[in-house]
Amino acid sequence: MQKDFILVIFSENKVGLLSQVTTVFTHRNMNIESITASESAIAGIHKLTIVVHDTEERVSNLAKQIEKKVDVLKVFCYTPDEVVLQELALYKVQRGRNVETLVRRHNVRILEIHDDYIVLEKTGHRDEIRELYRMLEPYGVYQIVCSGQVAIIKSRRELLNEYLQQMEREQ
Amino acid sequence: MSTGFKDFKNEDSTEKVLPRIRGAEAAIRSIIDAGTETVFGYPGGSIIPVYDALYDYRDQLNHILVRHEQCAVHAAQGYARATGRTGVCIVTSGPGATNTVTGLADAMRDSTPVVVISGQVGSSALGSDAFQEVNFIEITQSVTKWNCQVRRPEDIAEAIAKAFYIANTGRPGPVMIDFTKDAQVGMCDYEYKPVDFIRSYRPQVDIDRDAIREAAQLINLSRKPMILFGQGVILGGAENELREFIEKSGIPAASTLLGLSALPSDHPLYVGMLGMHGNYGPNIKNRDCDLLIGVGMRFDDRVTSDPSQFGINAKVIHLEIDPAEINKVIYADVAVQGDVKLSLPMLTEMITPADRKEWLDEFTTCRNIEQQEVVAHTIAPKGPHLRMGEVVDAVSRNFEDAILVTDVGQQQMFASRYFKYKRTRSLITSGGLGTMGFGLPAAIGAKIGDPQREVCLFVGDGGLQMSLQELGTIYQSEVGVKIILMNNGYLGMVRQWQELFYDRRYSFTELVNPDFELIARANHIPYRLVERHEDLEDAVREMKETPGAFILEARVEKEENVFPMVPAGRAVHDVCLE
Repeated sequence: MQKDFILVIFSENKVGLLSQVTTVFTHRNMNIESITASESAIAGIHKLTIVVHDTEERVSNLAKQIEKKVDVLKVFCYTPDEVVLQELALYKVQRGRNVETLVRRHNVRILEIHDDYIVLEKTGHRDEIRELYRMLEPYGVYQIVCSGQVAIIKSRRELLNEYLQQMEREQ
Repeated sequence: MSTGFKDFKNEDSTEKVLPRIRGAEAAIRSIIDAGTETVFGYPGGSIIPVYDALYDYRDQLNHILVRHEQCAVHAAQGYARATGRTGVCIVTSGPGATNTVTGLADAMRDSTPVVVISGQVGSSALGSDAFQEVNFIEITQSVTKWNCQVRRPEDIAEAIAKAFYIANTGRPGPVMIDFTKDAQVGMCDYEYKPVDFIRSYRPQVDIDRDAIREAAQLINLSRKPMILFGQGVILGGAENELREFIEKSGIPAASTLLGLSALPSDHPLYVGMLGMHGNYGPNIKNRDCDLLIGVGMRFDDRVTSDPSQFGINAKVIHLEIDPAEINKVIYADVAVQGDVKLSLPMLTEMITPADRKEWLDEFTTCRNIEQQEVVAHTIAPKGPHLRMGEVVDAVSRNFEDAILVTDVGQQQMFASRYFKYKRTRSLITSGGLGTMGFGLPAAIGAKIGDPQREVCLFVGDGGLQMSLQELGTIYQSEVGVKIILMNNGYLGMVRQWQELFYDRRYSFTELVNPDFELIARANHIPYRLVERHEDLEDAVREMKETPGAFILEARVEKEENVFPMVPAGRAVHDVCLE
């Protein structure tokens, strides 16, 4: 059965790292639903958060192939209920009174107001972002951009730190 | 006598004075300091500084000038697989680099430790589509174990040290490093420090003792177990550990194509080769097995055929160094991750010897059936024409301790099936990628790596012409390879499939060949043609007695098929004998 999985990948911050990881997806004809990349909380270590929709077996094999890359430190694979997921979206919307109601009801921030449009920011789950889009659509959405999903694990243990400590002990 | 002054200086000087040299020289010295004796390569514009530096180190580093960069990698592969050491190539940027891609892919698939060093345009020209510039890092991403670009001379020694460490630890594989021209010509303080730790890379893990215990329990309870061993045994140097495991457990053992020679062919518990053209016993008995023990192998589709039918009544134990191979194709009831050199002795200790005579007798029966139905008329055919199996048999009998190198296709299957292996590292073949043209350069590399042993190459008329230019390398570098050309005027393996599955529509598989005698003469290589059964023994003997390289052209039966065969997509127990 196909479902969403969240891969959190920690790696060295190296030129071409992203393509090292994405090539593992292309090789298996697997699609990336969402991807974010940034420095992790540990200096010098890069973090990718990738959402993929596939079977558990294929995702687990994929994770192992990614972890096999020499520059990848560790790959953690989560199901949506193991993490808090959040995404940010910006909407460029035509100005109008009805929009104001939606802004209040959906806890949306107004980032910029122009003569003929406003820029709204919404953070939330992907379906909330989609729902707001559907509601704004009748009033004229010029553009929408989404950040891709970021995830933080619900467990209090910091697995990467434990892994790094283990590596240092082994050295 | 101590001057006192010198001693004082030595004790106190904390800073070593490092030689200040060009990046190109640092590259050559690092390659030498990494323990390399031989490199295979081809010069070109953006690697000239490295070749210039090499000129001063000719007495320390033997350079073999190949005729095509693909063959530099295949030669390095042959070298690596004959010796266990890392094969090294030096090539130029652009086309020189892209030509290595097939070799890298082959080395990746067959876990061969190779380091390819390529030139690159100057770093200021990167991304400008400069002459002979390609984005080689991107191109080789999926065919290397690791790659990197070096743009500063001071990073060269470390990159090379890392490359050698990564290439030949854990599951070995090819590593590519790209040196920009300015990194080669710039100056740096040279110091080579071998790398033995990279925090994001764990080539060795501790063996899980609980998994060993579970595996031993399964083995002790099983009635019809079979061992399937692969190249992991050879790569880990675990041949003795495998033998002790087999002998204590009394379990019949079959080999993958790349595992061949890890166990001598005449070992009483050796039951043959697995796979599409493997032996009858290990394929047909797959269904009856109650336990399959994979040792340093990856359940390649040429071994498993239809994986859903593979070992359908068996539990599976998988001993494998690469965690990504565990549960990839075949689910393992017990997986033991790690080097089989470490895990096998732990397992051997915990198993109890058992009498498996009845089970072994079943394999003997299978062997007799195969001997009668297939082997007998393959190595002693009645028809007028020579057959590949009898040529292999004759060569094997006359070259007892040889390293067998094959190309890809029918001769590969005949050679690996009928050659008798006495000791480890005796077969070099392109298994996973099936690269035609691999054989000749790989044989060159093997002979250079292990000059004491005879190297016998079996190659078809198709495969030879894919790397024919390397006969020039054989002449220039005086490489004593014995080349057995199996000439049937066809791309035989494809023709066999066309015959069996495509209604004999021989679409572009017939070859109209050049005169191989003239080609041999043009390259100053002794040559003999053999066409009749009665001349074979004498021809092989002549090849053996002639010092140096030799081409023996065997004109063989045009339409011969390799059997047994597991038809593609079927279960391995559907193996057919004809």
